[in-house]
Amino acid sequence: MYTEKVMDHFANPRNVGEIENADGVGEVGNAKCGDIMKIYLKIDNDVVSDVKFKTFGCGAAIATSSMATELIKGKSISEVEKLTNKAVVEALGGLPAVKVHCSVLAEEAVKAALADYYTKIGRDTSSLNTCDGCCGACGSHDHGDH
Amino acid sequence: MDAERLVYVDNAATTKVSKSVIDAMMPYFHTHYGNPSSELYGMGREARVALEKARLGISEMLGCEPGEVFFTSGGTEADNWAIKGIAESAKKAGKGNHIITSKIEHHAVLHTLERLEKQGFEISYLDVYDNGIVRAEDLEKAIKPETILVTVMFANNEIGTIQPIKELAEISHKHKIPFFTDAVQAVGKLDINIKELGIDALALSGHKLHTPKGIGALYVRKGLKFPNLIEGGGQEKGRRSGTENVAGAVALEVALRESLGDKEGREKVRAMRDYLAENLSKIPYSRINGDMKNRLVENLNVAFEFIEGEGLIMLLDMVGICASTGSACSTSSLEPSHVLRALGLPHEICHGSLRISLSSENTMEEMDYIIEKVTWAVGRLRSMSPLYEKLLESQKTEQ
Repeated sequence: MYTEKVMDHFANPRNVGEIENADGVGEVGNAKCGDIMKIYLKIDNDVVSDVKFKTFGCGAAIATSSMATELIKGKSISEVEKLTNKAVVEALGGLPAVKVHCSVLAEEAVKAALADYYTKIGRDTSSLNTCDGCCGACGSHDHGDH
Repeated sequence: MDAERLVYVDNAATTKVSKSVIDAMMPYFHTHYGNPSSELYGMGREARVALEKARLGISEMLGCEPGEVFFTSGGTEADNWAIKGIAESAKKAGKGNHIITSKIEHHAVLHTLERLEKQGFEISYLDVYDNGIVRAEDLEKAIKPETILVTVMFANNEIGTIQPIKELAEISHKHKIPFFTDAVQAVGKLDINIKELGIDALALSGHKLHTPKGIGALYVRKGLKFPNLIEGGGQEKGRRSGTENVAGAVALEVALRESLGDKEGREKVRAMRDYLAENLSKIPYSRINGDMKNRLVENLNVAFEFIEGEGLIMLLDMVGICASTGSACSTSSLEPSHVLRALGLPHEICHGSLRISLSSENTMEEMDYIIEKVTWAVGRLRSMSPLYEKLLESQKTEQ
């Protein structure tokens, strides 16, 4: 069962779309696994001035993407670096255990977009600990409280 | 979610209990509520008579003997009982340990077989090819001296494909192997004569036919050795003890009779299904899963590329449509439907499947509503799908 917050973000997703000439674009997941998230960032003076997403995936995948964009919009990139999947889950009022991987994917998508931006401006990306794999294919993630 | 209207098209999951079934059951709740085993007084005898009348009616409609019909709590119990029972009997008799089934069985069969596998049985899974139908010659090839059971479903729950039961039973018998079929989706929908088809055991369920949940039956051919399911007061010829679900048995008989008798309803359902199939196929990048000819008239299964089925079902729920999907995300396993995978479909396509299963209560007007809303929902999910975005970009560069 999904919480009301999840249903709200699924039914009325925030920040859906693309940003032309985005400063950072990150895409994670793959179609085989059933989830792909793509995040576009616009960054001005180290602040996320705009963010958009596109997601192929289940209700939780869409809701976590939407919530992740809401959590980082208007935030400084140092704050965005600290985004965790747990924060996304908490903001949604919880997720069913089998859907927690969606929040991990949302975190990864944001980090991948940030890494893309860092690469473009020649900044070190090691602090981001990104991955572009299929969720579940690697066991290194903290999947939150199951 | 609240929606102004409700369109229920998930009748392969369960059905609404029909008014006539409720009316037929009611006396056994508050007038003839006796225990069928209390035959010394009238009320008990009334219950016994009702129970046996229901058994007789069901056996006549299915073409078997009343003594071969055992009431159960539903299809899953009947599947478990038949498969484990036949396997146990074979083991006791020192026969082989090989069982043949299909790749598209219901989990009630597949998970029962997985358990037997852990106990030393070997299971072979027949292919269903891209049309979702087992080929009889493959069964012939799969049979070994150790084979003790062939179990293939009558009709599939996800894609509605009907299996060549008569041929499969004939081949099994040629090799003196019992043939069991999970006919939960087929009974009441197809004309089934057990003796003519040569079936040794068959499972059926009531709640797919407008009875309440909690009643089903197992047919077992007289003479086929199989153990008791539940020990106790000796009900169901000692095979399955426990006070009988009299009202449920009555409901099952009435529901089966109504379903088999409603030829007009079946044709109406076929027309609605074909109309849906034709119009949903007009959505670009869609495909119908499973054979359209050898298929239950109630069933339609369509896959839409670039989207994921759970989201589709959730959007349809927002507009009052109850349907289902074989998407991974609708299950706890995160693996898409084994049935769609068995058709050879890639994961990406399995994820975007929609199953619609009709009943004669649905209307043509509802079909128009479904077509409109599915088109809307697919479009909406595609508009936020990075896969669809990629497709559009690749089309742009080609031009």
